[in-house]
Amino acid sequence: MKRALPILVVLVVLLAAIAIVNPHFLEPAGFLAFLKRAAPLVILAAGQYFVIVSGEFDLSVGSLVTAEVVIAARLIDGDESATWPVLALLIVIGLLVGLVNGVVTTKLRVPSFIVTLGMLLVLSGAVFLWTGGAPRGALSEGFRTFGRGALGPVPWSVLILLAVGAAAIWLMRADFGKTLMATGDNERAAALSGVRVDRAKIFAFVLSGLAAAVAAILLGGFAGVSAQVGQGLEFSAITAVVLGGVALGGGRGSVLAAMAGAFTLEALFTLLNLYGISGALEFTVQGVIIIAAVAAGAVRLPWKFTPRRGDAHAAS
Amino acid sequence: MDTLSRGRRPALGGEARGGLAARLREPTSVVFLALFGLIAVGWVLVALDGGQFLTTESIVGIQQRSAALGIVAIGQTLAILAGSLDLSVAYLISLTSLVAAEIMAGQDGNILPAVAAVLAVSALVGLVNGLVITRLHVHAFIATLGVALIIRGIVDHLYDGPAGKVPESFQLLGYSRIGPIPVSALLWAGVAVVAWFLLSRTRLGYRVYAVGGNEEVARLSGIRTSRVIVLTHVLCSICAGVAGLLLASRLGAGAPTVGTDGGYDLESIAAVVLGGTALAGGKGGVAGTVGGVLLLAVLDTIFNQLEVNSFVKDVVRGVVIVIAVAVYARRIKGRSA
Repeated sequence: MKRALPILVVLVVLLAAIAIVNPHFLEPAGFLAFLKRAAPLVILAAGQYFVIVSGEFDLSVGSLVTAEVVIAARLIDGDESATWPVLALLIVIGLLVGLVNGVVTTKLRVPSFIVTLGMLLVLSGAVFLWTGGAPRGALSEGFRTFGRGALGPVPWSVLILLAVGAAAIWLMRADFGKTLMATGDNERAAALSGVRVDRAKIFAFVLSGLAAAVAAILLGGFAGVSAQVGQGLEFSAITAVVLGGVALGGGRGSVLAAMAGAFTLEALFTLLNLYGISGALEFTVQGVIIIAAVAAGAVRLPWKFTPRRGDAHAAS
Repeated sequence: MDTLSRGRRPALGGEARGGLAARLREPTSVVFLALFGLIAVGWVLVALDGGQFLTTESIVGIQQRSAALGIVAIGQTLAILAGSLDLSVAYLISLTSLVAAEIMAGQDGNILPAVAAVLAVSALVGLVNGLVITRLHVHAFIATLGVALIIRGIVDHLYDGPAGKVPESFQLLGYSRIGPIPVSALLWAGVAVVAWFLLSRTRLGYRVYAVGGNEEVARLSGIRTSRVIVLTHVLCSICAGVAGLLLASRLGAGAPTVGTDGGYDLESIAAVVLGGTALAGGKGGVAGTVGGVLLLAVLDTIFNQLEVNSFVKDVVRGVVIVIAVAVYARRIKGRSA
């Protein structure tokens, strides 16, 4: 976990800065509220991490989240008994979208940037075609429990987040993680040494679709139904992963660091709010910090890990 | 070397061993064949629907619709060919439309300063994009996304709605036409010809293909790769600025959402890739992009004439883009195998 260290330091500094302005943040309730707010993005970042570390992109997660929430609202329409079947359906849709992304990317050899961009257009078009342009219906209380309810003092979303985080770390330590890392680092070399490259990549996309489905369930409860619920989440998730020091292009970085990157992004939003930086300028500060953080990482790395220079030959 | 020569006229002679058949296999030819096929299909569908497809009105409409996207996509082609990409164009278009309309303020005399200011602002943004990528070693995706956020914050902070005023004389750029050809289409054609000349007839063009093909090899062969990448980003941003001018002249004012509403960032990348340019860089060209943009515009026109729901449009557009790229990938694979 040495790779996760820089981003964890940044995260701790940001959290300390928040705590100085807002002492309530150090109390369990305040901190749990922060975790709850961060959960969807952290889960999305974990899903996106699998895709990025295998050398691909998933731009479809934002519109997938929107589509899932809109589908849930329309199908449940306030009917409590429909909650569990719809939850199952949402998970299946997430898996299916990931499967299509993965199969088209690997079997038809279309760059994943384009595949998932196409999926973004298809999903947002199809779901609003179905609902007639605007979200309709309502979520049931049972559905919303996951996003806003709590088990004792601990919100459900934090428990789900812990489970997802543990599963992601376990997956990356298992054989799958090693083959995925090898695939992202050098696809040809991995294939020649017997890795079923296509299968690993498809599985990564399926995991990303699953993460988007879980994030959508949390966001539906937390933020409610709107056509904008997933807007821009794909870019936030990719930014979070990259903030965690995971290289675009694949083969580098840990899933823990990717999730820490998502926490850092969320902490950054919280801090900007606390310092009263007005709504719009928040984007500007965010842009500057993202570039600065990634630049700092990129500039520092060659001194720390000198052997990496040789990677240029391995990649070509 | 194949990557270097593809999409370039003089080198096509070198590939003449396959003659016409090989030439038809070029993605550029595929996209134009697809374009003609689509026009034929559209003509039949609209005729069955009881309408007339290729009226002067619809031809003008296709050109109008494609001009702004076309100009952005030409710039995007340059960035992508050099192995980069630019996600900041949509917000830059909004920004430049506002800069243009605010400086013009309805006065004819202010047109020249406004155009100069727009070009300067966009060149500056391109310079920042390029320098962040090359000097700070930030991946183009993140660098241009960050710059996009920065511009977005500034635009949203300063403006809530349309602002400024474009004088009547400048609005002619958006609406007047010569015969069936709108002035905006001529502007697009001009930008395309300049970019084509740059890519296929100048040293810079060769360097762009070399850097996009393999940056390390290009650097070892003595090309100052950073300079090439910065330059393509400056040109790409200037194209976005020109599109911003065009949209401001159409709206009669600047608007903070004109760039994002049009989805010019992802749409321009889609058009470039639809035109057969490889997303990884080094392969493709301007002609394909023109075909890709026209294809999207014709698709739009057919849907409009058949009065299809706009959400269906998105679905079909997504499917078409993926299928087109899958076809190119198949051809390239078939050739190397």
